[in-house]
Amino acid sequence: MNVIDQVSHSVLPVDANLPAAIEVSRLTKVYKQTRAVDDISFAIARGSTTGLLGGNGAGKTTTIAMIMGLVLPTAGRVRVLGHEMPREAACVLGRMNFESPYVDMPMRLTVRQNLTIFGRLYAVEHLRERIAQLAADLDLNDFIDRPNGKLSAGQKTRVALAKALINQPELLLLDEPTASLDPDTADWVREHLENYRKTHQATILLASHNMLEVERLCDRVIILKRGRIEDDDSPDGIMARYNRTTLEEVFLDVARGRNRESAS
Amino acid sequence: MSDFTSDFALHGGISLSRIGAMILRYWYLLLSSWPRLLELTYWPVLQVITWGFLQTYIAQNANFFARAGGTLIGAVILWDILFRGQLGFSISFLEEMWARNLGNLMMSPLKPIEFLLALMAMSLIRLAIGVIPMALLALFLFHFNFFGLGLPLIAFFCNLIFTSWAVGIFVSGLVLRNGLGAESIVWTLMFALMPLACVYYPVHVLPPWLQYVSWSLPPTYVFEGMRALLIDHVFRADLMLSALVMNAALLVASFAAFLALLRSARRNGSLLGGGE
Repeated sequence: MNVIDQVSHSVLPVDANLPAAIEVSRLTKVYKQTRAVDDISFAIARGSTTGLLGGNGAGKTTTIAMIMGLVLPTAGRVRVLGHEMPREAACVLGRMNFESPYVDMPMRLTVRQNLTIFGRLYAVEHLRERIAQLAADLDLNDFIDRPNGKLSAGQKTRVALAKALINQPELLLLDEPTASLDPDTADWVREHLENYRKTHQATILLASHNMLEVERLCDRVIILKRGRIEDDDSPDGIMARYNRTTLEEVFLDVARGRNRESAS
Repeated sequence: MSDFTSDFALHGGISLSRIGAMILRYWYLLLSSWPRLLELTYWPVLQVITWGFLQTYIAQNANFFARAGGTLIGAVILWDILFRGQLGFSISFLEEMWARNLGNLMMSPLKPIEFLLALMAMSLIRLAIGVIPMALLALFLFHFNFFGLGLPLIAFFCNLIFTSWAVGIFVSGLVLRNGLGAESIVWTLMFALMPLACVYYPVHVLPPWLQYVSWSLPPTYVFEGMRALLIDHVFRADLMLSALVMNAALLVASFAAFLALLRSARRNGSLLGGGE
């Protein structure tokens, strides 16, 4: 199946001549004796939102880290926006961005200082205006001159999201984007991500444990288990195959080893 | 293409703007924390006061030291350039580890070579904040004009700062690869050089076999050169050139080691997190 065809809910048309946003081919990562990622392949179409689902240790973070070039694969290859990672990383790093609970923004610097520095690293034009726009969009103005370390978890997440959007990335990689947020703030962040994708034709790959989030945001779900792809389809397709009404039920079936037939 | 040349190819096209952004990041950090600023001058000032009074006492009781005025204070200040140059480099690097910000930087367009150049610039800035008050104190309290060393001071300074950067690059690579568990190396490695680099005494004091080790270290040439200048009033350009050649080799080797350690860190996944 053509990677572009795999997207069922893209809002804006994308250029079908462009290569897939992400192409992962026979990707494997072995840490000493542990196979964190085991021979997985997938392609993610531009303009889509794809969720990586899986329990703890399923390989989601390692997969995203290999796509970003932070971790070298043991075998296989990754292409991002048509460029080989990490060899051609310099060609694409300015066109992508990420947010992860495994990294923080410098705590002693104010929100404005942090955004200024990352804006300069990403060579953002009209940086002052861009920061003002993000501050308005993400409601940062009340604390924009406060040190990052003095913010609540929800405020920090919004700042991390502002950093991830500072360069208006074509590809956004998100690892647990709404972890530790209250339902209201989490809903607000999801809405912002949906709007961003629609207005920028961006591609989003997110790893999450929040099934409602994945159902709402993603037009495709890849379920990982012990480093391998267990399933790969639209949320509706996966739920139908497991004869379940929510992804959470599917997740429990997969985690507890109930296969599609016995689940139904 | 080999791993090394492939890594090296990634470092072409240096951006001054990105280097400036990183310097701004550390500058904001310094200004946000008065203990950080105080720490930069506290130890250098204590050092120069302690050693200055010791030199004054010795000079009053020994003809040689009266003649060789300033060798101890000069050695203290030059040692501080070497030690604080490395510390200034490495602490800026550690700030990223402590802040868990390394992943953000490595995922940004910032290239490793730009990161290292920013750390070098910060080491100069931190050194200026620490050493200039130290040198002024030596002038007013002990009448030792460090800047009066003249043009040779530039040769001394350049050689010492190059060594400090080479050590800083190497230990930063070790911390990158092994996490903050290797942090103590940052604080202690330079002290291993202290007895061998003959900071306070001439090389001929060492046993002959140890002299070979001593002459393999670039700072030894600088401290010998300083003593030649202060005691014999001779500038030993030959010593400075030898140190420069060795420093060039050290910098290349440390950069290659950093790239190898970075690649190893990517292989074992230690760029995410960077804890113990």
